[in-house]
Amino acid sequence: MTTITHRLGSETLTAGRLPKATIPVAIAASAVLGYALAVLASGTADIGLAVLFAFLLFLVVIEITTRVVEGARQAADRRAGNLIAGAFLLALVPLGSVTFEAVSNGLARFDLAFFTQSMRNVVGEGGGAVHAIYGTLYVTGMATVISVPIGLLTAIYLAEYGVRNRLSKAITFFVDVMTGVPSIVAGLFAYALIGLLLGPGTRSGFEGSIALSVLMIPVVVRSCEELLRLVPNELREAAYALGVPKWLTIVRVVIPTAISGIISGVILAIARVIGETAPLLIAAGFTASLNNNLFANPMMTLPVFVYDSYAHPGTDVQVYWDRAWAGALTLILIVMILNLVGRLIARRFAPKTGR
Amino acid sequence: MTQKLTRPGPGSGAPDPKRRGDRVFRGFAMGAGILILVILALVAAFLLIQGSPALFADPAKLISQGYGEFLPWVLPYAFGTIWAAILALVLAVPVAVGIALFISHYSPRRLAQPLGYVIDLLAAVPSVVFGLWGSLVLAPAARPLYEWLSANLGFIPLFSGTVSGTGRTIFTAAIVLATMVLPIITSLCREVFLQAPRLHEEAALALGATRWEMVKMAVFPFARPGIIAAVMLGLGRALGETMAVTMVLSGTRNITFQLLTSENPNTIAATIAQNFPEAFGLKTSQLIAAGLVLFLITLVVNMIARWIVSRRAEFSGAN
Repeated sequence: MTTITHRLGSETLTAGRLPKATIPVAIAASAVLGYALAVLASGTADIGLAVLFAFLLFLVVIEITTRVVEGARQAADRRAGNLIAGAFLLALVPLGSVTFEAVSNGLARFDLAFFTQSMRNVVGEGGGAVHAIYGTLYVTGMATVISVPIGLLTAIYLAEYGVRNRLSKAITFFVDVMTGVPSIVAGLFAYALIGLLLGPGTRSGFEGSIALSVLMIPVVVRSCEELLRLVPNELREAAYALGVPKWLTIVRVVIPTAISGIISGVILAIARVIGETAPLLIAAGFTASLNNNLFANPMMTLPVFVYDSYAHPGTDVQVYWDRAWAGALTLILIVMILNLVGRLIARRFAPKTGR
Repeated sequence: MTQKLTRPGPGSGAPDPKRRGDRVFRGFAMGAGILILVILALVAAFLLIQGSPALFADPAKLISQGYGEFLPWVLPYAFGTIWAAILALVLAVPVAVGIALFISHYSPRRLAQPLGYVIDLLAAVPSVVFGLWGSLVLAPAARPLYEWLSANLGFIPLFSGTVSGTGRTIFTAAIVLATMVLPIITSLCREVFLQAPRLHEEAALALGATRWEMVKMAVFPFARPGIIAAVMLGLGRALGETMAVTMVLSGTRNITFQLLTSENPNTIAATIAQNFPEAFGLKTSQLIAAGLVLFLITLVVNMIARWIVSRRAEFSGAN
């Protein structure tokens, strides 16, 4: 008796399942075969082609073995799982490539001169981006000064005063629509606005700030509103119970509770707009010299510097492209640092999810 | 009820000074909200005002001082804008949905958030860097693929024609655009997938469904409107994206579906960026009017997307 049940049990438990070693073995085998196929097909050992062949081989091998051993449903499950994991790995390719190219090409000019000199009177080698870095700081700083009060006050209205009334619904809807305004349209808006006020053709850093604000305000509103809603209602009720008026409750209780999240939201919003090129190309313009006046004359910014170096090179193209890559590397570093700082601050306030 | 009782009655004389602060603060908050609506209206108004000289000008004057008659001039660019965006979406959507599923339902739970951050990093890369990468790295690297496509699949009209010598084709631009809209679509899809009712998923698994069957039966039906909205938002972003196309393409003003040749349709945004710094007078107006066309296209797309999202939020039976 016992022997029979034992045998039966062991059979039903392991029958119809692929052994655990299948996946690693299949990966190794298809990697080797894929590489061989790539060499055969193109003559050279192209990594991209080899990986592609290996992935396709892996899909086929798993499909056949699973279908034979485990059946069609399991095969479909594994196929979907492999394709989904493949999609994720595929997305890492551009991220890795952009980072690698920016670092390897950007380091050539990532030197002291790049951060201490402008492009004034520079033709060919040398020169730097200090005028563009200053410009980016001025323009983005001014955009922050404009956007944060408007964005924060709107978020307060949405979260505290106009809960679910028609105006707040309209504002929420159009703030969402505003996040989709093309960046170049924001630049055209700033140009048209200043053009009407100060005469056509004017370009200044402040004009760039207006353009960036149009892009930044919706981001600030969304993140601040979300955070204000996370503040527990008990805190507000406790303040009301003590006779504190609503506005003081907001200023003294609600905002201090949410402040770390608000700061991180603002930092992330800055990171979102600091790399914008098209609006600044139109509103702030180009210049080769340092301009410390936000309200007059064109002002260079880092993204426009990268674009300008790439698109209008002199006779020695490589020199200009090296500068463009160095500018791109600086820009990536700034954005990454801002993102990191923002997320570190936000971690304290992360809402808990079920998973 | 109790709140009503504590409030001073309507006839209690002088207004409470504390409440005046309340009214002022409320006014400021409401004013800021209304200001946003005004800004959005102003964007359209100023583009209309500054673009109107080109919109209503005599065609002969536009030919002599501008870029030519407005509608025949802007239509090829509008085509290029929509064509490039659609190509980008065709490339991006399957990958984005796959990534979102990977993060929400396939990856180990502890890895889900870090993996989400990794994809968000893609969104953090400035567009000008993507443009630089697309034209100096991706285009030369993709040329062998284009030659292979042209040689072996050249009978398909999309891949016909002479392959561009630089690799800087609308297909390259679409790949860069796809990379840029990928994180937006992914993050929205991920959010929707995570909201799929847990009980439905567990019920499917308990009935013996495989993970993929569970996703097909419990997650996708629930998430479909969300996916559509995410795709629309991605479309809005792809339509308005400027730098990737500006730097990758040296576009011309023609309508063609060929992907791999050196004759590529340009987009509205790229045309504005390329010509605006040198434009003056009527040409400036004409470019601003083109911007208005772009603004209206993206506005409609975004409004449809947001409408789908908000409608879904009201009826979702998420628990």
